[in-house]
Amino acid sequence: MWIYEKKLQYPAWVESCDLRIAKLLFAQYGGPDSELSAGLRYLSQRYNMPIPEAKAVLTDIGTEELAHWEIIATLIYKIIERATLKQLEEASLGAHYVQHGRDLYPHDASGVPWTAAYIQAIEDPIANLHEDMAAEEKARTTYEHLIQSTNDRGVIETLSFLREREVVHFQRFGETLRLVQEHLDRKMYY
Amino acid sequence: MKINKESLDLLKEIMALEFSMIDLNLYLDTHPRDEKPLMIFEQYSCRLKDMKERYENEYGPLTPDRAGNRQWRWIEEPWPWQIDYEMGGK
Repeated sequence: MWIYEKKLQYPAWVESCDLRIAKLLFAQYGGPDSELSAGLRYLSQRYNMPIPEAKAVLTDIGTEELAHWEIIATLIYKIIERATLKQLEEASLGAHYVQHGRDLYPHDASGVPWTAAYIQAIEDPIANLHEDMAAEEKARTTYEHLIQSTNDRGVIETLSFLREREVVHFQRFGETLRLVQEHLDRKMYY
Repeated sequence: MKINKESLDLLKEIMALEFSMIDLNLYLDTHPRDEKPLMIFEQYSCRLKDMKERYENEYGPLTPDRAGNRQWRWIEEPWPWQIDYEMGGK
C-alpha cells in the first residue's frame, strides 16, 4: 500500500512565468519517458523478480518516480496557476486550457495522451531490467533537453535534481541486473 | 503560498533528511550487507522521527494517521504543491 505524505521530495520552485517550459514539461508528466511511465513500469515489473534485492529496488524506485511525477506537476502548476487565457494561448497551451483548464493531465509536450503502450513488463528479469536502464537514460536525456530550453533558475535547479536521480537509478538497476545475472548463473550450475 | 519561516525551515530540513534516507535506502537494496551506510541510516531514522514529531505537534500532520488529535487537521492547507519554498522564486 501507499500512504500520502504532505511534502515533496524536493522543494520545487519557479522563478518566473515561463509558459513555454510549462508546455514542454508535460514531456515528463505524460510522455513516453515520463515519470508516470517509469513509476507504472517498475511497479508492474516487480511481482515476479527472482531475488529479494530486485523486488525491493523496483518497489522503491517505482515509488520514488511517483514523487517525481508530483514534482513535475508542481512546477507546471506553479507556472500556469496565474496565467491568463491569452498568455496560455500565446504559449500554445490554448488547446490544453480548452480540454483541461489549468488542471494537470497526463499528455506529452505536444498533447498526445499517455498510453500504457509506452511501457512493458514481460516476466524475464533480464529483459525487464534492460528496459529500465534504457528508460532512465532516456529520461536523463529528456531532462537535459528541458534544461537547455529555459532560463528559469528554479526550473533548472529542480530539473537538475531530477536528472541526477535518473543517473542514480541507472546505477542501482545496473547493480540489480548484475545480482540477477549471478543468481541465474548459480541456478544453472546446481 | 507563504508559510511561516520556522515551519518552512523545519519542513525543508525534514525533506532534506528524508531524501538522504531514500538515497541510502536504494543503495542498501543492492548492498544490504554494507555496514557503514546502514549505521548512518539508523542515525538518520532516529533524527527524522524526532523532527517529524516536532513538526506535527507544532504545524499539523504529515500523514493522515497523525491527523486526528481531537480535531481533523488533515484538510488544512497548504498542500505541498502550494507552498512557496522561498528558494528565490515561487
